[in-house]
Amino acid sequence: MPEASDEKITLIPDVLIIGGGNAALCAALAARETGASVLLLEASPRAWRGGNTQHTRNLRCMHDAPQDVLIGSYPEEAYWQDLLGVTEGHTDERLARLVIRASSTFRPWMHKHGVRFQPPLSGALQVAKTNAFFLGGGKALINAYYRSAEAMGIQIRYDMPVDALELKDGHFVAALCGGQRIAARACVLAAGGFESNRQWLREVYGQDAHGEWPADNFLIRGTRFNQGVLLKFMINAGADTVGNASQSHCVAIDARAPRYDGGIASRIDCISLGVVLNRKAERFGDEGEDFWPKRYALWGRLVAQQPGQLGYAVIDAKPLGKFIPSMFPGTQAASLAGLAHALDLPEASFLHTLNAYNAACRPGTFDHTTLDDCHTEGLLPPKTHWALPIDTPPFFGYTLRPGITFTYLGLKVDPTAAVHFGGQPSDNLFAAGEMMAGNILGLGYAAGIGLSIGTAFGRIAGTQAARQRPGGDHAH
Amino acid sequence: MLTEYETEVAREMQICNACRYCEGFCAVFPAMTRRWVFARADIHYLANLCHNCGACYHACQYALPHEFAVNVPRALAQVRRETYSTYAWPPTLGRLYQRNGLTLALALSAGLALFLILALLLNGALIHAPLAGNFYAVFPHRLLIALFGVVFGFSTLALAIGVARFWQDLAPGAASAPAVIEATHRVLALTYLDGGHGDGCNEADDRFTRIRRSFHHFTFYGFLLCFAATIIAMGDHYLLDQSAPYALASWPVVLGSLGGIGLLIGPCGLLWLNLLRDPVPGDPQQRPMDRGFIALLLLTSVTGLVLLAWRDSNAMALLLAAHLGGVMALFATLPYSKFAHGIYRAAALLKWAIEKRQKEVLI
Ligand SMILES: Cc1cc2nc3c(=O)[nH]c(=O)nc-3n(C[C@H](O)[C@H](O)[C@H](O)COP(=O)(O)OP(=O)(O)OC[C@H]3O[C@@H](n4cnc5c(N)ncnc54)[C@H](O)[C@@H]3O)c2cc1C
Ligand code: SF4
Ligand code: SF4
Repeated sequence: MPEASDEKITLIPDVLIIGGGNAALCAALAARETGASVLLLEASPRAWRGGNTQHTRNLRCMHDAPQDVLIGSYPEEAYWQDLLGVTEGHTDERLARLVIRASSTFRPWMHKHGVRFQPPLSGALQVAKTNAFFLGGGKALINAYYRSAEAMGIQIRYDMPVDALELKDGHFVAALCGGQRIAARACVLAAGGFESNRQWLREVYGQDAHGEWPADNFLIRGTRFNQGVLLKFMINAGADTVGNASQSHCVAIDARAPRYDGGIASRIDCISLGVVLNRKAERFGDEGEDFWPKRYALWGRLVAQQPGQLGYAVIDAKPLGKFIPSMFPGTQAASLAGLAHALDLPEASFLHTLNAYNAACRPGTFDHTTLDDCHTEGLLPPKTHWALPIDTPPFFGYTLRPGITFTYLGLKVDPTAAVHFGGQPSDNLFAAGEMMAGNILGLGYAAGIGLSIGTAFGRIAGTQAARQRPGGDHAH
Repeated sequence: MLTEYETEVAREMQICNACRYCEGFCAVFPAMTRRWVFARADIHYLANLCHNCGACYHACQYALPHEFAVNVPRALAQVRRETYSTYAWPPTLGRLYQRNGLTLALALSAGLALFLILALLLNGALIHAPLAGNFYAVFPHRLLIALFGVVFGFSTLALAIGVARFWQDLAPGAASAPAVIEATHRVLALTYLDGGHGDGCNEADDRFTRIRRSFHHFTFYGFLLCFAATIIAMGDHYLLDQSAPYALASWPVVLGSLGGIGLLIGPCGLLWLNLLRDPVPGDPQQRPMDRGFIALLLLTSVTGLVLLAWRDSNAMALLLAAHLGGVMALFATLPYSKFAHGIYRAAALLKWAIEKRQKEVLI
C-alpha cells in the first residue's frame, strides 16, 4: 500500500522516480524487477495521477506477422520510414531503432503488469496494423501499472511536485520537494513536457500583431501538472537539450473543452466533411486535403493563427452519421443565416463565403472513406476532396480552438537513457518519456509513438538506474 | 420528456460517444456507437445492458474530479431503477420500487403472518407431535397449490406484461435463431461478467475479480434447482401419485438441497460483495432493493435447509410456516423486486444480439 504523502521519507531508496505517467511507471516497474528499492513521486493527487498517459489509447508496435490484436505486419523498416517521414529527419536513428525493436516486446510485459489489449476502437481502424489498443484506454493502463507497482512493493507518494534537484558535477544527489530533501542512489526523470505552463507557452508562441498572447487561448488536452519545472531546472543546470523548443503538437479541438484534460472527447471529427471559417467568416485552409487524422495537427496551427485563435467548422445534415459525434451537441440552425447568427459570425460575410463555396463544388461521387473526386474549382483556398454543397438543413456549427497535446523540447539522452551535461553522460541521472521524446520525435507525430518511446526508455532508464544500487553491477 | 436520470445518461453517452475508450468492456459501448442521439427507449436499453461492473468508471479520464463528472455505472443504474418501476405492471405497483426495502419487509411479514395464522387455524397449535416430515399434515396440498399458484401466476403475468412493453419500446425487429442462441448463452453463462478481458468486475477498487460471477452463478442456479425441485415434486404428486415427505435420496430433496446450498453460498457472497463495493460507481438508492432481495433469498434457503434438517421434529409446522412465508414473499414481489433485473437484462441482451447483426445505420 502507498504510504501517506506527508510522511517523512527517511530510507534512501536505490531508485527515485520523478513523475507518475507511463514512463515513470515503466521505469519504476523495470527497476523493481531487478530487485532495487523504488520510490515514486507523483506531483498530482491520486485522483489525477497518470499525467497525459490517462488520455492515451494505443501504442505503436513493430511486428513481423499478425499477433494477438495486431493485423498484418509492421516490420522495423516500415516503422522507421514512418518515423523518418513525420519527423522530417528530426530524429536520432540509433535511439529510434532502439524504441522500434523494443516495441515488439511490449505487449507480453505490459500484460504481465495487468494491461489488457483489444482490437482497434471504432473510428480507428486505419491503425489496426500498427497500433495496439489497450482495453479501457490510458487510465485503465495507469491503474494496472499502479496496482502492479503496489503489489511489488514500490513506494508511491502523491502530491509531491519536485521543485529542484541537488546535483554534483552531473551526479544526482537528491530531489527537493516543498522543503523535503529526498536522497537516492539514482534517479529517473519522467515528469512530462511543459505544455501546461502558461508562461512558458507565452514565451514559445509570443505576442501577435494585436498585442495578444495567442497561447493564452490554447486549451491543454492533457494534465495540468506538466509544468516543466524539472525540464527548466535541468536546462538551467546545464543539461543538453534536444527537440524543437519553439513548437508543440497542437490540434484543432472543440472550443468548449475545459482548459485542461479535455482529452480525446474534445475532438471534432467532421472538419473534412464541411468548411472551416474564422471569426471574419472566411475560409483559411483546404479542409479536404487528406483524411482528418492526418491533418488535425496542421489545423491546430492554422486555427492558432486566426484572430482570437478561433475557428468554426460548418456542416449540413448530409454528413451526419459519417463522423464521430462531438462531446456536446453542435450549434444547430435551420438556415445558414440562422447558423451565422447562432455562432455570432458576421452574416453577410458568412453567406458570401458559403455561397461561393457551394457554387464552386463540382459534382462527383462522394465517399468519405476514400480520397474522392468531390472538389471545388476556382476557389481559394480550394477544397480538394469531399466537397459537397452545404445546403441541406439543419446546419451545424462547432467552434474550434487550438489544443496542445505535448511539447517537443526534451533532454538529450544516449541509449542508456542517461542525461547529458556538456556532452558527458551522468552516471546516475536518467530521463524517460516526454522529457526525452524529442530525441526521437523532434517534430510531427505518429499515433502511438509517445507511449512507445516512454515504454522503451522507461524500462531502459529504470534498469540502468537500478544498476547503481549496492550489489548492482555498476556499484563498485 | 426525459427524467433527470435519463437526461444524465444522454449527457454522459454523448461524451462517451466522442471518446469510446471503454468499447471493449461490455455491450453498452458498441451499442452506443450505433446511435447518434439517445431517446428514452435507447437510454433504457443501454441501462439494462449494463451489469454495473464498474470498469468504465475506473477507466474514465472524465470521472470526478474532472468537471465532466462522468460516472456511467451510476447513471445507468439510476435509470435501471426507473425501468423497473415505469415498466412494472400494474403501473401503480411500480411505486413499490421507491421504498423497496419496506416493500420486501412488508411482503415478508404478510407471508409469515399468513402461514402462521393458517397453521394455527388448521392445527390449533404451532408445536405438535412429530409428523415424520409430512408437510401436508399441516397445510393441505391443495391449499398450497392454490395459494402459490395464484401468486406465482400473477407475478409471472406482471413480469411478462412489463417486459413485453419494454420490448415494444426497444423495437428490436425479428430475432434470428443465432441471435436467440447467443443471447441465451450470454444470460446463462453470464459472459459479460468476465469484463471483456476475462479478469471480471470491480468491487472495492480498480482491482478486478471474477468472484461476482461465481456468486451470481450459485444464486441463479441455486434458484433454478429449488424451482426444479418444486416442479418435480408437483409432478410426483399429480402424475405418480407420490406425495411428500420424499426420501432423502429422491429428486425433489436432492435438487432442493443442492439449490438451497447454492442459494446460501450465492446470496451470502453477493451480500458480502455488496457491502464491500465502492459506493461511487453504483446507485446508493438501490441498496435496499439489492440487499432486501438478497436477504429474502437467504431467508428462503436457510429456512428450507433448516426445515429439511428438522422436519421430523415437533417444530416442523413452525419451520414450514417460516419457509413458506419467505417463499410467498419472494414470489409475490418478483415483479417488484431486484428479480426483475434478470428479465429486463435478458431482453436487452437479446436486443443487442439482434441489433449487432443488423447493418449499422446511425440513428
Ligand atoms: C489527449 C491525448 C491523447 C494521447 N494519445 C496517445 C496515444 O493514444 N498513444 C500515445 O502513444 N501517445 C498519446 N498521447 C501522448 C502521450 O500522452 C505521451 O506521449 C505520454 O503519455 C507521455 O508519458 P510520460 O510519462 O512521459 O508523461 P505523462 O504521462 O504526462 O506523465 C508526466 C507525469 O509527471 C508528473 N509531474 C510533472 N511535473 C512533476 C514534478 N515536478 N514532480 C513530480 N511529478 C511531476 C505529472 O503529474 C505526470 O504524472 C496522447 C496525448 C494526449 C494529450
Ligand atoms: S466512460 Fe469515460 S473513458 Fe469510458 S467511454 Fe465514457 S467517457 Fe470514455
Ligand atoms: S459498469 Fe461495466 S457493464 Fe456497466 S457500462 Fe460500465 S463497463 Fe459496461
